[in-house]
Amino acid sequence: MAALHIGTLDAMKSNQTQLVGDWMTSQEATGATRNLKEHDLKQQTSEFLQLLIAGLENGNGPNVNAPGWDDIRQFLEKLSHSRALSGQDSHQTASFIFSLKGPMFGLLQRHYEANPAMLAEQLWEVSELVDALGMHTIRTFQKSREAVIKRQQEELLELSTPVVKLWDGVLALPMIGTLDSQRTQVVMESLLQRIVDTGSEIAIIDITGVPTVDTLVAQHLLKTVTAIRLMGADCIISGVRPQIAQTIVHLGLDLQGVVTKANLADALKLALTRLGITVSKSV
Amino acid sequence: MNVRSSGTQAINIEQDVVLARQTARKLATECGMRLIDLTKMVTAVSELARNTMVYGGGGDMDWQILDENSRVGLRLTFRDDGPGIPDIKLAMTDGWTSGSGLGLGLTGAKRLVEEFELDTAPGKGTRITITRWT
Amino acid sequence: MERIPILKMGDFLLVTIQVDMHDQLALTLQDDLSERINKTSARGVLIDISALDMVDSFIGRMIGTISGLSKIMDAETVLVGMQPAVAITLVELGLTLPGVSTALNVERGMKLLQERVREQ
Repeated sequence: MAALHIGTLDAMKSNQTQLVGDWMTSQEATGATRNLKEHDLKQQTSEFLQLLIAGLENGNGPNVNAPGWDDIRQFLEKLSHSRALSGQDSHQTASFIFSLKGPMFGLLQRHYEANPAMLAEQLWEVSELVDALGMHTIRTFQKSREAVIKRQQEELLELSTPVVKLWDGVLALPMIGTLDSQRTQVVMESLLQRIVDTGSEIAIIDITGVPTVDTLVAQHLLKTVTAIRLMGADCIISGVRPQIAQTIVHLGLDLQGVVTKANLADALKLALTRLGITVSKSV
Repeated sequence: MNVRSSGTQAINIEQDVVLARQTARKLATECGMRLIDLTKMVTAVSELARNTMVYGGGGDMDWQILDENSRVGLRLTFRDDGPGIPDIKLAMTDGWTSGSGLGLGLTGAKRLVEEFELDTAPGKGTRITITRWT
Repeated sequence: MERIPILKMGDFLLVTIQVDMHDQLALTLQDDLSERINKTSARGVLIDISALDMVDSFIGRMIGTISGLSKIMDAETVLVGMQPAVAITLVELGLTLPGVSTALNVERGMKLLQERVREQ
C-alpha cells in the first residue's frame, strides 16, 4: 500500500483554499450542513484539511489507528461528539468526511491529467484514506450517541422514581418496574441525598411495583439500607408481597433486621409511631 | 485510546498518602467524574497508597488521564520494590473484618474501581493498577 | 503538633473532623479522646464527620476503636453527619461500622446521647 505521492500532497497544499471552498459546497449539497453555523463549519473544514495534510506529510498511510494520526482522530472524535449532541444523524456526520472525495478527485484529475496510471493509483489511495477516516467518524459518532442515550435514560430514571415526602421526617421511594444494578444505584443515590437535604429520619422503600426480587436486587436493597443507617436514618421496606416474602425465605436472604411491611400505609403508621406522632380523628 | 496527561508522585511518608488522595481528587474532578465515583476512587487511592507506604516500604503512584472515544478515564498505578505479596488470597481478604489486620483489604478496594490489576511476587515488589471511566 | 480539637458540651464531648487527616493525626485523636473521657468522666462522645468527603478503612477503624474505647469507659459514641457518597463507598468497601450509633446531625446526635444516658 503506497502512501500518497508527493505530487498529490503538493497539489493539496497549494490548492488548500479552493479545496476548502469546494468541499463546503459539496457538504451543502448532501444536506450535511443543515443547522450548522457557517463560521463553525468553515473552521472545522479548514482545520481538518490542515490536519490531513500534516498527517500525510509525516508519511502516514491509510491505517488511521497509527499514532501518526492521533491528532486527526481526536479532531474527529470531538467532531462526532458535538454533532451527536446537536442531534445530527450518522449520515450527516459521515458526509462531512465523504463529501471530501468529490473535490479531491477533481483536484487529482486536474493535477495528473497527463498521467492516467498515476491518477488511477492516487484516486485509489485517496479513496481508501477518506473511507478509513469516514468509518472512524461513524464509529465514534455511534459511541457518542450511545452515551447520550444512556445519560437520558438515567435522567428519565430519576424522574420516574421520585422521592416523596410523606410527613416531616418521613420520605418514601416508590420503586416501579424491574430493578437492575445501574438503575438501583442512581435511584438510591438520590434517596440518600434527599435524606440529608430534608433531615428525614425514616425512609420507606416501597417495592409494590417490583415484580421479582432476586439475590442481586435484595443485595442492592440491603446495601442501600446499610448506607441509610450509616448516615443516621432508618429504613422500612414496604410492599412485600407474599411471593416476594417466599422468595426471600427461599433464597435464605438475611434482611439484617430491616423491618418490612405489607403496604405503604402500614409502613407510614410505623414511621409515625417511631417519631412519636399520633394521628387522631376529630369527632 | 490516548493518554491525555500523566504524572507521578512518591509515596514514602504518611503525608504522601494525603497528597495522593488530593491528587486523585483533582484528577477525577478534571475527568468530570460524578461525585459518588470520585469518592470511591479517592477512597481506593487512600487504601492502596497506604499499603504502598506501610507494606511496600515506600513507592510511587503513577497517574494517567485517558481519552477513549467519548469517555475519559483515570488510571493509577501503585508500585513498590518491597517484599511483594506472598499470599494473594490473604491479601484480598478484608483485614478489618477478620480483625487480625493481616489482610490488605484489596478486595474492598477492587470493588470501588472498574478495572483492577495486581502484579506481585515475593521478592519482586508489587504493582497495582486501578482505573475508572466516566 | 496539630491536633483535632475536642469540645466539652455538658456531659458530652464533641469532635468535629474537618481536615483531611493523615494517619498519625487520627491516632492522636484516639489517644486524646480516651484521655479526655477519662479526665472529664464524659458520658458521651459525638463525632461530627459532616465535613469529610472521604472515609477510608483507617478512619473507619479509628471510629470503631473510639466507640469501643468509650464504651469501656462508660460513654456512648454517636457518629453524625455522614455524607451519602461516603456512606455508599463504605458499604461497597465492606465497612459497616457495627456497634457504632449514628445520627443525621449534631442536634439529633445530642438528643440520642441524652436518651441513652437517661436510660441507664
